Amino acid sequence: MKTMPRLPRLIEVRKNVLKQNDLLARALRERFREAGVFVVSIVSSPGSGKTTLLEKTLTQFRCECRVAALVGDLATDNDAARLARTEVPVKQITTGTVCHLEAAMIEHALEGWNLAALDCLFIENVGNLVCPSSYDLGEDLRLTLMSVTEGEDKPLKYPTIFNSADAAVITKIDLAAAVEFDSKVAYQSIQSVRPGMQVFELSAKSGQGMDEWLQFLRRTRDQG
Amino acid sequence: MHELSIALSIIECASEEATRHGGKITAVHLRLGRLSGVVKDALLFAYDLACEGTPLVGSRLLIEEVPVVVFCSQCDAERELASIQSFCCPVCGALTPDVVHGRELELVALELGVLEMNHEDHAATAATD
Repeated sequence: MKTMPRLPRLIEVRKNVLKQNDLLARALRERFREAGVFVVSIVSSPGSGKTTLLEKTLTQFRCECRVAALVGDLATDNDAARLARTEVPVKQITTGTVCHLEAAMIEHALEGWNLAALDCLFIENVGNLVCPSSYDLGEDLRLTLMSVTEGEDKPLKYPTIFNSADAAVITKIDLAAAVEFDSKVAYQSIQSVRPGMQVFELSAKSGQGMDEWLQFLRRTRDQG
Repeated sequence: MHELSIALSIIECASEEATRHGGKITAVHLRLGRLSGVVKDALLFAYDLACEGTPLVGSRLLIEEVPVVVFCSQCDAERELASIQSFCCPVCGALTPDVVHGRELELVALELGVLEMNHEDHAATAATD
């Protein structure tokens, strides 16, 4: 029996391409909310100081609340090993060739963890200022980091990721003078791509600016 | 470069819809916002690669780029931005953090073409394989 040839036709769809990720992220957000976990994700280019900032932040936070971290990298579990020294639960997500974290990876990494036993979860994304912007991870707060050695115009070069963030952190401020970093210009660049965004300047190494940063985290967590 | 992941998601989405409606996909229409974090040319390149070995092989990806539109509270109006490096109203200069459009990554429509084979042809092809 022959089927009749069909005429070409246009079907209207209207569907978000990342619906699958967005649905998973929404489910994760709901799980976090029910368990009372405040979730912070951190993105930056490689080498901006995500892990060092996280190390210092976890060290402080573990004295005040039940905290854990997930850390994404293409390869190695070096960062997880570093963060494990803070004695908080840490899990490495090794993405292989994938240049960003997705909600499914977070869901998978959380298997075996009791969320009800946590107050705060930090997610360190793969070092990349382009790709992570498209993927919701179910976080409450997304931070974009840039270090003083990267240049003041970084936000203008990567506007999408800065625009998708809730706050920006300028790291390695102890090196600012050595690299002639102009804070005012950097601040203007950030405001230009994301007006009104809060900006923190700090050095996780020297401790400069860390109090304001930790205070902001506590405030945001308590508002949540 | 996450455009390959995005291309695979597009193929997955489109395949689901095509299964519901029946027919071979000849073109996929996509709306791509300038703040979506996806680069058009990279996506077009990745799409052809990703389609290989799938029923979408040979289909066209037609991309409509969506400019960034913000809401200006000073003007009480939506304004299109000329550049994503500067979120301020092109008319009054006020800062405009409220994005209305520009993050889209949306499968808008599919073109379903004439079925190339009928069931007998399928069976004949399978027999000669």
